[in-house]
Amino acid sequence: MAVLETNISRRTLIRSMLATGGGMILGFHVPGVEAAVVAPKPWTGPTDGIEINAWLTIGADGTVTIRVPHTEQGQGALTSVSMMVAEELDVPWESVHAVFADMNRHVNRGREYIVTTTHGSQLVRMQRRHISQAGASARERLKQAAAEAWGIDRSEVTARQGILTAGDRRATYAEFASAAATVTLDQEPDIKAPGEWWLLGTEVARLDVPVKVNGSAHYAIDTRLDGMVYAAVKSCPVPWGRLISYDAEAAKKRPGVVAVMEFRAEKGRTGPNHLQDGIAVVADSWYRAKTALDLVSIEWNFGSEGQVSDETQAAEAKRLWEEAGEVSGHKGDDALKIIAASDRVISAEYHRPYETHARMEPINATVSVTDERVDVWSPTQDQAAALRIVADQLGRDTKDVHVHTVFIGGAFGGNGGGNTAVTRQAAVISDKLRRPVKVIWSREEDIAQDKQRPPHYTKLSAAIGENGLPAAIFSRAVWFTFQGVSRHGPATADYAISTMPYRIPNRRHERHNVAAHIPTATHRAPGANQNGFIIEQFVDEMALAGGWDPLEWRLEMTKGLEPWQRVLLKLKEVSGFRTDLPRGEGMGIAVVEDHGSYCGACATVSVSRNGALRVEKIVLVMNSGYIINPLNCAEQMEGAACWELSHALYGGLRLQNGRFTNLNFDNYNLMRIDQMPEVETHFALSEDGWWGGVAEPGGPPTAPAVANAIYFATGKRIRSTPIVKHDLSWS
Amino acid sequence: MTFKLNVNGTTYDVDVEPETPLLWVLRDTIGLTGTKFGCGIAQCGACTVHVDGEAVKSCSIPVDSVVGTMITTIEGLSEDSSHPVQRAWIEHTVPQCGYCQSGQIMAAAALLRRTPNPTDKEIDEAMAGNLCRCGTYLRIRRAIHRAAELSQA
Repeated sequence: MAVLETNISRRTLIRSMLATGGGMILGFHVPGVEAAVVAPKPWTGPTDGIEINAWLTIGADGTVTIRVPHTEQGQGALTSVSMMVAEELDVPWESVHAVFADMNRHVNRGREYIVTTTHGSQLVRMQRRHISQAGASARERLKQAAAEAWGIDRSEVTARQGILTAGDRRATYAEFASAAATVTLDQEPDIKAPGEWWLLGTEVARLDVPVKVNGSAHYAIDTRLDGMVYAAVKSCPVPWGRLISYDAEAAKKRPGVVAVMEFRAEKGRTGPNHLQDGIAVVADSWYRAKTALDLVSIEWNFGSEGQVSDETQAAEAKRLWEEAGEVSGHKGDDALKIIAASDRVISAEYHRPYETHARMEPINATVSVTDERVDVWSPTQDQAAALRIVADQLGRDTKDVHVHTVFIGGAFGGNGGGNTAVTRQAAVISDKLRRPVKVIWSREEDIAQDKQRPPHYTKLSAAIGENGLPAAIFSRAVWFTFQGVSRHGPATADYAISTMPYRIPNRRHERHNVAAHIPTATHRAPGANQNGFIIEQFVDEMALAGGWDPLEWRLEMTKGLEPWQRVLLKLKEVSGFRTDLPRGEGMGIAVVEDHGSYCGACATVSVSRNGALRVEKIVLVMNSGYIINPLNCAEQMEGAACWELSHALYGGLRLQNGRFTNLNFDNYNLMRIDQMPEVETHFALSEDGWWGGVAEPGGPPTAPAVANAIYFATGKRIRSTPIVKHDLSWS
Repeated sequence: MTFKLNVNGTTYDVDVEPETPLLWVLRDTIGLTGTKFGCGIAQCGACTVHVDGEAVKSCSIPVDSVVGTMITTIEGLSEDSSHPVQRAWIEHTVPQCGYCQSGQIMAAAALLRRTPNPTDKEIDEAMAGNLCRCGTYLRIRRAIHRAAELSQA
């Protein structure tokens, strides 16, 4: 049995609860794995140590327990936060144990962790100051406590690797932990400059690897509670359609079935996290619940949304291409007039379909409602939001609600806002039955009801000037979002197009935000992935129309823009990019800004005469300003490249009669190991004061680099995805 | 109906319908949650376990067909993460979100049992049934080569 349990004694438990003011924290060793510093279930129990501040405790044996308020969804948050705190605190990395912080405490005690939501590649670039500061403050308070005991000034005390020294005096941090906990500093210390780092900037293995190779890492879907029942649910296949009637007689006769319940959308509550109409079957195992649910016959009212399809959206987009949209970017003279007057015009129409998150852990939530308290386990990117959602749904005080942070089986921007309506579904069922309940969406439900990446339809035109460089560019983008919102995180209908860096003297960018019934949300590298594919191919179209080499064109058009030049020059140095390969082989390049980082890609492909595509290699060059862990950065960049290649090459949800028709991995295709190209990662860091994110920017340049390479291999310009649906044959 | 199952060397009596997929018996009835649910139709491999040493997608195999076999889950692959595949996975820091990795590791262990020193092509063929949304494929490939070395050391 590998699910390891703590064996902390009751005495230790009481002592440490007193010491920590009741913080629900612990760090216990995984036997047999020396480097393990995070537990399989890192959210319950006390810590054996003294709380210096909300972020950390120090145990008698020198163990430093770092409370991470973020979620771990594969991006390395546990490790990154712990590294930043340990860097400033200055303790041996081996002494660090990471645990998830207590969200109830955060929400109800003045938001002491500042930010707990985990999204937007922002943890290091935007939150490093207050995270690092927690470690720096603790270090200075330890020094102050020692200084007071030794009768000297704090400036005479050195704190290094868990040891305080001054002349001949020497003590461990643990010896002064209690005293430090009571110290108030006159002034909080600054954090270190990058040149002073000893831990940041080095290759550090993720803390959560050991518990993820033996089945012990606990995900929300693994939650098991005494008396727990399981629910399978079905909402209208046309999202937000209404439930007319249902017949559950056959389902109720199935073995183990506990209850059949209905959800009803509430008037005026139609946000993406609100409850839709739906049916839940509750049973003593999920398989029994799901097979019984399949026996429920349900009559839905699809409304007019039942007529919406890819074809109707395409027709709507083409109609809007002829109408002026909201101006999202403008520069110089009237670009449309210049293009109309030019005799060297190129135009193109691009399309990206809906894509789904399809994180490997299907959407689920476990909720236990009692009179005293409510406990929640949810794969949410924002535990504080999950806590408030449950309190809101049940009309409970936030003090009664406890959200337990668990490992997340992938999120990718889709598990924000408290993890969709599933958290409300579980809360409603548990409240009614007064039993713990685990709701799991089948994979088909997960895809059908996901908050999807919106589809894009974009047309562009440019006038080529006398030097072969564009004199003017125009773009008009149409996307379809839930309730017609104009952005999801950084994503807009034309993010990466209207924000492209190129020094084109006359520009006009327009967009239409069209409301559709399909819920939409952020999706790893939102906007930049969809539109990087579009603009970075159109750049190649412009360059080639003007007789320019694509790499030289980009260098020319980003002159004076240091972060872009740095990436492009490095790409030129390491990629071997060339445009004169024999037919059937091709290289392509692209560069896109995403989450404040600049990432370039060079793709090498081969295409057989009959059109079989093989992506051989991707070279990535990242400029995120700084990095704190090159190993994790490289892993994230490989992952981000795979992510977007999946959509560009194979993905694409199909919308027919208001609903998606490819709802599982047999027909929503994602990249597999035999299709994965080699990925080579390089860094070209500006290191001049700005910081970018690293978990997402590897994707956006990858797909257009591949498409540009396909053009050089075949002469075919692929302006819509999935690429493999196109005939790539050549002769 | 009651079935006797041998999982990781322990015998369990489980009372379920005969068509119940092994996955749900492992997770909900026995409580071994290291084996994951991903798709339910044998397309993602998150639920991969060993049945008599062979990699099997447990979401699509009924429990009555595995009576009398030796079933091994990720929890039973080794006592202490010492299986060469687990050691190689740690060395190459393969997991990101980690959700698919139980299945990846079980598929890799079965591959190495049959093919102790696989080529890239053999790895691709054996592992193509296991999806990873985080995109850890390159590290999986390297770790399998490393596990092959560790097995022979």
